[in-house]
Amino acid sequence: MDFRADQIERYSRHILLQDIGVEGQEKISKGKVLVVGAGGLGAPVLLYLAAAGVGRLGVIDGDVVDLSNLQRQVIHFTPDVGKPKVLSAKEKIRQINPDVEVVTYQAFFTAENAFDIIGGYDFIVDGTDNFPVKFLINDACVLGGKAFSHGGILRFEGQTFTHLPGTACYRCAFHSPPPPDAVPTCSQAGVLGAIAGMLGTIQAAETLKFLTGTGDLLTDRLLSFQAKSMTFRTVALRRRRHCPVCGEHPVITALHEAEQAVCELKKNETYPFI
Amino acid sequence: MATYQLDITREHCPMTFVKTKIELAKLKAGDTLEVLLSEGEPLENVPRTSREQGYDVLGIEPAGDRIYKVIIQK
Repeated sequence: MDFRADQIERYSRHILLQDIGVEGQEKISKGKVLVVGAGGLGAPVLLYLAAAGVGRLGVIDGDVVDLSNLQRQVIHFTPDVGKPKVLSAKEKIRQINPDVEVVTYQAFFTAENAFDIIGGYDFIVDGTDNFPVKFLINDACVLGGKAFSHGGILRFEGQTFTHLPGTACYRCAFHSPPPPDAVPTCSQAGVLGAIAGMLGTIQAAETLKFLTGTGDLLTDRLLSFQAKSMTFRTVALRRRRHCPVCGEHPVITALHEAEQAVCELKKNETYPFI
Repeated sequence: MATYQLDITREHCPMTFVKTKIELAKLKAGDTLEVLLSEGEPLENVPRTSREQGYDVLGIEPAGDRIYKVIIQK
């Protein structure tokens, strides 16, 4: 593809990079990425992927913008309160970069619509705020052979890893969602707004690395940070032979509706962050 | 082994190397690109960055008033 003069200028800082260049920007421009959730994580992911010129951005979210979202969901502005999040997000994406095709799904990601929706995309970004949907995204991507970025934030902490077919999945690390009574809701736990930007921009960078084939993805590694001490650490993830979805004898061979629909607080070290 | 020309005498950093890279991307390995550029920042940076990014700079010649021709091979 030949870039227009304005596109050459817009993407010049990517084109300059030896690892991206013209070819890499072409891959970005042909890339199709689905962002599940237009909230704290989805906001920076969508903003950076729009700015980067990803060809098609899908965004699925069934919520409307709430005043309490604005402390961290930076794609939504004060006049957007009450507006569907996917519409608010689409308006900002169009303003940042009219080259991007935006596909909106004003719905929640469910076992019924998961395969139909992810089928049209190269890479999926988990920007959701509750465990059941995180497991659903994992199962849909593993069964559908899709690459995805997991992300979760809580209080001052965040965690993320990237899955490619054949590498460790979410259930290899965390077998199943924690029991509903183990944890209070996310709104009670709170989150430092900027944490969403820290984690979401890591996911956006992983997406661009995936699309361009640049560097080493965060596969088989879980990156987590604690912003109070501002320490980052990476722990190895291993694909488990007995993983219920990607193991040798999977027991999960079809998608099932999420068992619980509340966002939860990590209380036990064995639980993932949301 | 074809030879191509590019005039970036009216460009400024970093578009000087951006335009050079875009032309180089269209070439086949072994082809050469003759880049006309101005002295000063473009003359200092375009050959150096070309080498850093794996291209061969075959020569730099004066090509007019404060203009130089840099010959880059892909």
